[in-house]
Amino acid sequence: MSEGGRADAGPGLRGWLEERTGVSLILDLAHKKTVPLHRHTIWYYLGGMTLFLFTIQVATGILLLLYYRSSSDEAFESIQFIMTKVPFGWLIRSIHSWSANLLVFVLFVHMFSVFFLKAYRRPRELTWVTGALLLFVMLAFGFSGYLLPWNTLAFFATQVGTEVAGSVPGMGRFMLRFLRGGEHVTGGTLTRFYGIHVAVLPALTTALLLLHLLLVQRHGMSRPPGQNEGRTMPFVPNFLLRDCIGWCVALGLLAALAALFPWELGTKADPFAPAPAGIRPEWYFGWMFQTLKLLPGHVLGIEGELIGIFAFGVGGLLFVLAPFLDRSQEKRRVSLGFTVAGAIVIAYMAVMTVLVYLPGKP
Amino acid sequence: MSRRKFLDWFLGTSVGAMCASVLYPIFRYLVPPDVPEAQTNRAVAAREGDLKPNESKVFPFGSQPAILIRGADGTYHAFSATCTHLNCTVQYRGDLRQIWCACHNGFYDLAGANVSGPPPRPLEQFTVHVTEGEIVVSKS
Repeated sequence: MSEGGRADAGPGLRGWLEERTGVSLILDLAHKKTVPLHRHTIWYYLGGMTLFLFTIQVATGILLLLYYRSSSDEAFESIQFIMTKVPFGWLIRSIHSWSANLLVFVLFVHMFSVFFLKAYRRPRELTWVTGALLLFVMLAFGFSGYLLPWNTLAFFATQVGTEVAGSVPGMGRFMLRFLRGGEHVTGGTLTRFYGIHVAVLPALTTALLLLHLLLVQRHGMSRPPGQNEGRTMPFVPNFLLRDCIGWCVALGLLAALAALFPWELGTKADPFAPAPAGIRPEWYFGWMFQTLKLLPGHVLGIEGELIGIFAFGVGGLLFVLAPFLDRSQEKRRVSLGFTVAGAIVIAYMAVMTVLVYLPGKP
Repeated sequence: MSRRKFLDWFLGTSVGAMCASVLYPIFRYLVPPDVPEAQTNRAVAAREGDLKPNESKVFPFGSQPAILIRGADGTYHAFSATCTHLNCTVQYRGDLRQIWCACHNGFYDLAGANVSGPPPRPLEQFTVHVTEGEIVVSKS
């Protein structure tokens, strides 16, 4: 901007910033942004809540990095040190673990709300795809972070999880060696997971999140089919302040959960100890775990686990491609088939997850 | 070929080659090298008298876990302790007299055969010898 531009930008700090950054463009956008008001508006808060919980993860994750040591000899002891010696270490670690679980839960609810409200309709297909990829990245965060304390549960969960990846026909062996950093789960796997957890996945998340948010701004919030054009609410400050109330509640809930139910550390991983009774993965992988448990050794001459893994792969692909498969969305109609399919998937996941926690034999 | 087309082709392939020369070492770096493990064919699992009848012990067989079981009749059995389903380490259930994988509830009998649950194959069986007070396990 020329010297004349300075006079246009106005006096004071705002003028100084405006001349150098053009910040008014962003502020104008924020002030123009509106949120549709209808009986499903409440679901719009889940995106912001997910973002808030992710911010908590980044902040607590950075704090944990200051004391965590990523070798199989020291990882467990360093977490023990954080939990017992570092002032408020127990709080930071528990909030990180609880927030991770809440984040995945809110993310699933956000995803299913978008699915049932058909917010993936044209032209928001890529917003859905970036969101779905973000969900996979968050699950990868959960899986890689689970190993970092190097405890028994984490050791066997990683053993099973990487073996599942290793069972994929064709490229399975490559994936297994890539994930484990060798043939077996060792200290090398821990170092690798640590690098993935604190460097690779945050970089991927940053790129995907920026794209996702950019697309949300580009297209605005989707009005569900059947909800006619009507009232709106300004994003700033009305919707944002309501968002803030939700974030304060979430922060309070996290603090309460961390204080009342500090996250357990378990026992240090021993590669030569048998898998303990009652072993199970994090709840959000429970439905897959239970499916693999129920599948028999062989189905029609094919190993049961292969069938399970193939089904998960196909399911994941259909999920990502939902906006392109749902043809009735073109006509801005509610696609009953997709709604029923989504409900069946939720019911299946819920039943399988409950089965994981039910006491059973032996 | 015109000079413009040649330059397009030349620059395009150069950029492609440059990308490949950057990406190939990264790709190779990500996959760990094949480090041949020392072949273990034999290991001392325990000393005679360490296990009472109907007890077991998981022990290192090279870099992998193996399980030594003393049956209720006093005979020894040894197997790889890696479940054939998804690689968890199995344990012996004295109450059921079967080998159990806690991860996905798989069962094997005392011959190592998969008898129920998701395991698709039997456990690898090892040979057990008792020599000079030591219980020696070796690959069959």
